[in-house]
Amino acid sequence: MLPAEIIFGLTGVGLFTLGLRATLLHGSLLARILAINVCGAGVFLMFVSIAYQGAAAMPVPDPVPHALVLTGIVVAVSATALALALGRRLRESADE
Amino acid sequence: MNNLLIWPVALPLIGSLLALVWPRRADWAGIGASVAALAVAGLVAADVMRHDSLELAIGGWTPGLGIALRADGLSAALLLMSSLVALATAIYATNYFTDAHKRADFWPLWLLLITALHALLLSGDLFNIYVTLELLGLAAVALAALGRTRAALQAAVRYLTVGLLGSLAFLTGVGLVYAAYGTLDMSTLAGQVRAEPAAWVALALMTSGLLIKSALFPMHFWLPSAHANAPAPVSAALSALVVKAAFYLVLRLWLDVFDVALGPAAAGMLGVLGAFAVIWGSWKAFRAERLKLLAAYSTVAQIGYLFVFLPVLLASAPGAARDLVFGALVLFALTHGFAKSAFFLGAGVVLQRAGHDRIAELGGTARALPVTTFGLALAGIALIGLPPSGTFLAKWQLMASAIEVGQWLWIPVIAAGSLLAGAYVFRVLGHAFGPGEGVGPALAWARQELPALLLAVVATAVLGLGAVHVWSFVVPGLAIGGIQP
Repeated sequence: MLPAEIIFGLTGVGLFTLGLRATLLHGSLLARILAINVCGAGVFLMFVSIAYQGAAAMPVPDPVPHALVLTGIVVAVSATALALALGRRLRESADE
Repeated sequence: MNNLLIWPVALPLIGSLLALVWPRRADWAGIGASVAALAVAGLVAADVMRHDSLELAIGGWTPGLGIALRADGLSAALLLMSSLVALATAIYATNYFTDAHKRADFWPLWLLLITALHALLLSGDLFNIYVTLELLGLAAVALAALGRTRAALQAAVRYLTVGLLGSLAFLTGVGLVYAAYGTLDMSTLAGQVRAEPAAWVALALMTSGLLIKSALFPMHFWLPSAHANAPAPVSAALSALVVKAAFYLVLRLWLDVFDVALGPAAAGMLGVLGAFAVIWGSWKAFRAERLKLLAAYSTVAQIGYLFVFLPVLLASAPGAARDLVFGALVLFALTHGFAKSAFFLGAGVVLQRAGHDRIAELGGTARALPVTTFGLALAGIALIGLPPSGTFLAKWQLMASAIEVGQWLWIPVIAAGSLLAGAYVFRVLGHAFGPGEGVGPALAWARQELPALLLAVVATAVLGLGAVHVWSFVVPGLAIGGIQP
């Protein structure tokens, strides 16, 4: 049985790869935005599993990667909002 | 402890907020913040000259837990260049936007872009750099979409998705660095990095993210449409400053942080990509039908030169030989910043007057817009690398050092790139001096034409004739006996 942090880390790598593949291959904007978010989730999962590594030595996981993930999520949400707004405007310009 | 480093970041941010809450006075907020930012950038540069480097632990939290701001010769030189270009472009923009809505959208985003850029240049912490990189990317995308045409929106969407992938790759690398070394502070990290797989993978991830953002061939595909379809002041900043910010980070990581983990092959690979970018970008610029597209492809080529510098730089012996190449690299980056912003601003004037920027139909431009044509020609001289521009000296030093370290491969690339650049600049000038209608008063659009001209003069004359000062500023203590300015 693999240790938990390795499983989480590998899952993160897997999510990142899946997201990357979909971002590059999908034509639809909405699909690409979602794929980038999957990509981001993979990266955040890797950060969380990094924090677990010190669990044997420390009673609590390292808080720094958690703080970084929070910042990363804020950035990801704003970027998604901008992408959706651009997508909507693009569609309006197509309707005209 | 030096609180000065806060202000290049804080002043544009304050200006951005003022422009947001007070859109009718946004012009004043924009110009005021730009002037103030330029003044503090000058103070930072003067301080760097006295002390070699500055550091500020924000809020008194020491690096490790806190985040440090740092300035040295490289970052101070780029800071000064970016705030000068930003001020000239801001003056240009006061006359450029006629639509009140676009103007109200432009200023807060523009000042936010400058804020992010200055924060990136002064950051000493990898995660903070990721945040500033994202801020810069988001502000740049929003500005690129300001044109509101369908082409501009499509280009902005592509710019955003590609940029996000780049920053995610960078962020993954940052995570690996933290897992391996337990710190994100760049100067602490520099002492801990060893030549091992963790460092290689982290550097590869961060570098590939930055290569996407700096549009190095073959990841340049998003740049021409995004830069060519944006409003002129935005194109100028995107091409002259934003792309260079990503290159600055590559330089920082490769030279200051991961230098012990690098072999010559890695830099050689980037150099080869840079060489392809030089040839391909110059060729596409030569074939371009529109003036702004030409300028955008020329950026692809000029970024290529910056990457050609890397293998020569890392192969040069540490000490005076390496310092000479490093100074030339910074000189090249600065000159391109001024020249390309001047070129885009000039192209914007041509586009506004004629209603199009098709190169084949530019006839009469030289008579109708003599000042702008002169500015375009001066900027063109710096893009080709003719004397007395800064690029001429930088390319000369690059070739001399390439011969010294035995990397002959780059010489024909630089020569061919410069020849092609000459061809595309003179193609524009040839058409501009051709017959055509429209003799207007000279300097009809002074507020737009003069900033463009001044930027071009800085690129061609000031940086070329004052190149010695650039060298001694970025590499203090360098004996400059061998250089004849």
